[in-house]
Amino acid sequence: MSDFVRSSERIRRIIARAILAGAVIIGAAARAEAPARVVSINLCTDQLAMLIAGEGQLLSVSHIARDRRVSAMADLAAGLDVNYGRAEEIYMLRPDLVLAQEYSPRATLAMLRRLGIPVVTLPDAATFGDVRANMAEMGRLLGREDAAAALIAEYDARLAALRDEAAERPRAVLYQASGYTSGGDTLAGRILIAAGFANAAAAADYGTGAKIPLEVLAMLAPDLVLTSEPYPGASRSEEMLRHPVVAALREGRRAAMTDHDWICGTPFVLRAVEHLAATRAAMTGTSE
Amino acid sequence: MIRVMIPLALAVLALFAASLLTGPAGIGVRDGLAALVAGDGGPLTLIMREIRLPRAILALMIGGSLGLAGAAMQGYLRNPLAEPGLIGVSGSAALGAVLALQTGLAASFALGLPLMALAGALIGVMLVMLLAGPRGASLTLILAGIAVSALAGALVSLVLNLSPNPFAASEMMFWMMGSLADRSMLHVWLAAPLMALGAGLLLTLGRGLDALTLGEDAAEAMGVPLSRLRLQLVIGTACVVGAGTAVAGAIGFVGLVVPHILRPLVGARPSRLLWASTLGGAAMLLAADIAVRLILPERDLKLGVVTALVGAPLFLHLILKLRKERI
Repeated sequence: MSDFVRSSERIRRIIARAILAGAVIIGAAARAEAPARVVSINLCTDQLAMLIAGEGQLLSVSHIARDRRVSAMADLAAGLDVNYGRAEEIYMLRPDLVLAQEYSPRATLAMLRRLGIPVVTLPDAATFGDVRANMAEMGRLLGREDAAAALIAEYDARLAALRDEAAERPRAVLYQASGYTSGGDTLAGRILIAAGFANAAAAADYGTGAKIPLEVLAMLAPDLVLTSEPYPGASRSEEMLRHPVVAALREGRRAAMTDHDWICGTPFVLRAVEHLAATRAAMTGTSE
Repeated sequence: MIRVMIPLALAVLALFAASLLTGPAGIGVRDGLAALVAGDGGPLTLIMREIRLPRAILALMIGGSLGLAGAAMQGYLRNPLAEPGLIGVSGSAALGAVLALQTGLAASFALGLPLMALAGALIGVMLVMLLAGPRGASLTLILAGIAVSALAGALVSLVLNLSPNPFAASEMMFWMMGSLADRSMLHVWLAAPLMALGAGLLLTLGRGLDALTLGEDAAEAMGVPLSRLRLQLVIGTACVVGAGTAVAGAIGFVGLVVPHILRPLVGARPSRLLWASTLGGAAMLLAADIAVRLILPERDLKLGVVTALVGAPLFLHLILKLRKERI
């Protein structure tokens, strides 16, 4: 079952990449020079574009890019115009390139394409290699290969420095709102492993997209529970992150949180790994 | 009476124990009970005391109070269709609870949550009683209930959509269908005081409701103060339904099914039915809560789904029966 899901996932990703490659070729043929009016409608393409775009090239990013809880570049986004991902407002901006992600609303993208606006979707990054590929892709799309290359060189150097095998791996569980967890086939799962932890939920067959019941979490008794920062307002999904069982598991341990560095495939994932590795070093009493 | 109460009490005890022993962690009977009573501070104790015990206690309390509220309302209105979920009292309580949570009142003042749910339930029950009139004729009662439920449901949806929390909007299901998943002892303490007060008010209605079976004039002649009876019923119902809905969402049909099944067994005496329905409601909700954990353990199936699957056909049956009687 999981093999089937994994292979169908892989096939889907290959197809998405083929479509993307096709779009790039067509795009490259259609316009020789770099796009001057770029609009991004997805949090992840927002951040890659902000990192790589030239002065004045990026017109607007999604409104979520200003949300400090999920965006690692909220300060920079505060200086840009924001959009709410609606076809009408994006059309009014007269963009010559719209950046979206493979899971962006299809109806919106189809409408923009019908209106004659070039739309490119980037695949979701699930590995550190995907992050690198997306940065290179963004450089090509924006005609900013040099900026992308510099970013990638720095990324590669930091990634290489992280590649040392941990002898002792504390057991950690990613426990998000409603009890959802992430397995080894996601970026969050790979950040956990790269920081020298073992994924206790994945070891107990609770993979990506599975909900861990509170009872099972208590039985796993992990060394570290990583939850997300709660939103304002109230919800039952996040209320369970404060349940006495979760509180007991976090008591006396480091209060580790998954934050804006974890969400998108950007170079900030390395900062997430570095922070988490420091937590591990403090837990095991070893220096890195 | 005793012949009905003892089996019911035994059923509640057995279901309470079964509820404590049902869960994904797969703990054995002896290990589970030892961890619950002795408490070694390990994960088993944590599961038994912080997850399963509050869940079982809440099912007992909320089921009992819904059964009681149904029996009391049906006794007062002399209408078997009166039930807090169906006539919109639970929905209005949910609106109060959602307002308390989203405005931050519940976070700044612990009892803010159940008290706001109580206020919502009070408004709901008073609206329905005003609209349906003192005799609570079936058609007007149900129409008033539909109007109040629809309005409360729409407002709950509006408040959740306006919330800054992106998860809130997806939790309509919880407020409309109810669930006891992942509740803690905190929720037991939040609900208990109001629920005890409401149950006290409703359980002492027995004599008045018995007299009322002879008609309002006869009851007044027997010295039953009808306006006090009515006030006691309204406040008592709002207390138990408000407190229950605040922590577990709106759970329908318990107050309809349980009195209907038990009424013939207690000789149709409202005073006896109050006590029997309390036990019966507790048994029904405990059973429903065990069922949702056995049918779809990973999915948090809502309690209201199970109670409605049992209750809705009965509701239709009652409507048909009432129609025939009128002809």
